[in-house]
Amino acid sequence: MIAPLLFMAGIGLLLGITIALANIFFSVKTDPRIEEVEDMLPGANCGGCGFAGCNAFAKAVVLDAVEPQKCPVCSKEEAENIASHMGMSVEFDTPYVALVKCCGDNSDSPERALYNGVTDCSAALLVAGATKSCQHGCLGMATCARACPFNAIEIDEKRHIAIVHPELCVGCGKCVSVCPRNLIDMVPKSAPVHILCSSPEKAVLQKKACSKGCIGCRKCSKLDPESIKMDGFLAVMDYDNYSTNTEIIDVCPVHCIYPSLEEK
Amino acid sequence: MIKKKAFSGGVHPHDGKELTNTKNIKIAPLMKEYAVSLSQHIGAPAKAIVKVGDTVLKGQKIAEANGFVSVPIHAPTSGTIISKNKKTSAGGRMEGGVDSVIGPTGALVPMLTISADGEDTPCNDLEPILSWQDCKPEDLKQRVLDAGIVGMGGAAFPTHVKLSPPPSQNIDTLVINASECEPYLSADHRQMLEDTKGIIEGILIIKSILGIQKVCIGIESNKPDAIKAMQEESRKHNIVVTALPTMYPQGSEKQLIYAITGRKVPMGKLPMETGCVVQNIGTAFAIYEAVVKGKPLYERITTITGSPIVNPSNWRLRVGTSLADALTLAEGVKNPDDIGKVILGGPMMGMAQFSLDVPIMKNTSGILLLNKQEVTLYTSGPCIRCGSCINVCPQSLMPSTMGVQIEKERFELAEETNIMNCIECGCCSYVCPSHRPLVQLFRRGKSEIQANNRKKKV
Ligand code: SF4
Ligand code: SF4
Ligand code: SF4
Ligand code: SF4
Ligand code: SF4
Repeated sequence: MIAPLLFMAGIGLLLGITIALANIFFSVKTDPRIEEVEDMLPGANCGGCGFAGCNAFAKAVVLDAVEPQKCPVCSKEEAENIASHMGMSVEFDTPYVALVKCCGDNSDSPERALYNGVTDCSAALLVAGATKSCQHGCLGMATCARACPFNAIEIDEKRHIAIVHPELCVGCGKCVSVCPRNLIDMVPKSAPVHILCSSPEKAVLQKKACSKGCIGCRKCSKLDPESIKMDGFLAVMDYDNYSTNTEIIDVCPVHCIYPSLEEK
Repeated sequence: MIKKKAFSGGVHPHDGKELTNTKNIKIAPLMKEYAVSLSQHIGAPAKAIVKVGDTVLKGQKIAEANGFVSVPIHAPTSGTIISKNKKTSAGGRMEGGVDSVIGPTGALVPMLTISADGEDTPCNDLEPILSWQDCKPEDLKQRVLDAGIVGMGGAAFPTHVKLSPPPSQNIDTLVINASECEPYLSADHRQMLEDTKGIIEGILIIKSILGIQKVCIGIESNKPDAIKAMQEESRKHNIVVTALPTMYPQGSEKQLIYAITGRKVPMGKLPMETGCVVQNIGTAFAIYEAVVKGKPLYERITTITGSPIVNPSNWRLRVGTSLADALTLAEGVKNPDDIGKVILGGPMMGMAQFSLDVPIMKNTSGILLLNKQEVTLYTSGPCIRCGSCINVCPQSLMPSTMGVQIEKERFELAEETNIMNCIECGCCSYVCPSHRPLVQLFRRGKSEIQANNRKKKV
């Protein structure tokens, strides 16, 4: 009876000592600051910073002196805290926000047929180019909303269109690449007016496809030629030099220019 | 003797062939307009060589092949090229001087619209080659390309590419696909009865291009009259006709090769790896016409069918005929308010359409209308792990697992589960008691995986 007990205890002791020695001789030295910085980060693991996650970003901050404000989720105070912890200085870029460049819902751009399949924009596009009359507009099947780690994109279920809530959007940019119709752009949060259409079609065809689509009348670009350029039959805002002229909202005959992102 | 089963899996959908399989092929009258898509084949769209305002002759080349995997396109009748993009309901525009309008896949495709002059004047650019037996295989292959021939069973893969196996590949068998396993379609069936001689001559031409001896024609056992007709004709030429069990998807290349030769196409490889080249019966006939009659591919046999159609029938239609025109040939529909779906192709793999402006293409084997009762609107539920889909998958895949993986957007996992081997036959969606849209999920998964792999390469 006693022999097996002793034997097991012996093995336990031996392995314990091995582990203790291994811990001394083979331990990997990590900079303790990495863990500290990681604790100060939001922990969203969204990848918006361009690194594999919060841990990778913390490493980059500590080892490669990457600026903490590169994390789009960090509030100003949080970034300042991390910077002061690391003895760095911070300079803030303009905050960006996602913009879905489409305002035509299913009453403006009616559905051509009944769709009874997977609720996903990429999947719907594979079925004869999706049912929306406009070949460029938002399908409202939430591919972007599912990709957003911050629940900032709302899908209006009745109107079949995606709406970004700027107060929730941290500008990580994850939604941009998933939209199969390339409707999402990152734009400065401070921009006061937006042209919400991405269809380059001519007026004749545009009118058939969507009542709110830009018809290329140039009324807006005449008011602000510096910021609004025409790309074929589509007015495009240059967000490096955006328009602050809110008069353009009222000149647009099809009403596709909006002051805020939520009211479309 | 017919075996009970020729490959694992498969389903028996309601076949609806009785609507048309006793009806002779009729020749469609000349239409007013033909909208000829320049992207009727897999590969690069053809490049237009005529422009709006030009007059063309029947059979004249109007677009040339744009690369190796591409074929030229020919005018279906004589007339003038007109622009149509202002008239389409769905949208269209001019791109580089060529009309682009919405095609069957929903994407904008370049199209040349011919307003027929009613004369139907032929153009004799391609000389008939009567003694093709004395021709070099290279010349015959060139003719196949010049006539714009593509796989007419559905895939529309350029035929001259399929007839050019790499020299390292030892090809010993030509398999002729005459199974026509898609429900409702009977175009191949009728053609075998009515164009038997031409088909066999086409097969002999393919045989001499490939320089091989062994030819097998696979026909599903539900067409006994076609089997008999083909057998009588092929006996003289030492061609074997095999009766295959009736089972969907018997006409899929991989399943057909296995049923006839017992060879399995290795995963991720082309059917060519097994030493077999598969050609469709319609393609064989097109090759015969191209070589012996000097006629480029601008018409095909199409079944116009479905319960809403007044007179379901088989037609020799010119490429570019709009669906609306085609439906009037079949005397229209019984009740226009009771149409649930318009499908180009068969019910299992065909593509539903929005608009009747869409034209017939080289691979349009059928136009199928379903009424509202026949189209079920389903609410799909979660997978109940019943395993039915696994039982029927002819590729021995696990549709249930792959479906969940794609739903969760775990594309790399789905790739490991061999989603790329799915042939999109639809057997799994057909049997799923939970009505899961499996094939649509797989198509999404496959396109995401292909896009990712392309990105990785760059
Ligand atoms: S913005 Fe793009 S991804 Fe988002 S719902 Fe609209 S179409 Fe889909
Ligand atoms: S809306 Fe787009 S950019 Fe904004 S938080 Fe969501 S994913 Fe990031
Ligand atoms: S005013 Fe409106 S319709 Fe006219 S160009 Fe500007 S955005 Fe387009
Ligand atoms: S669609 Fe794909 S997964 Fe489904 S049964 Fe066919 S081959 Fe198998
Ligand atoms: S048939 Fe449908 S429910 Fe059954 S295992 Fe397959 S996916 Fe799941």
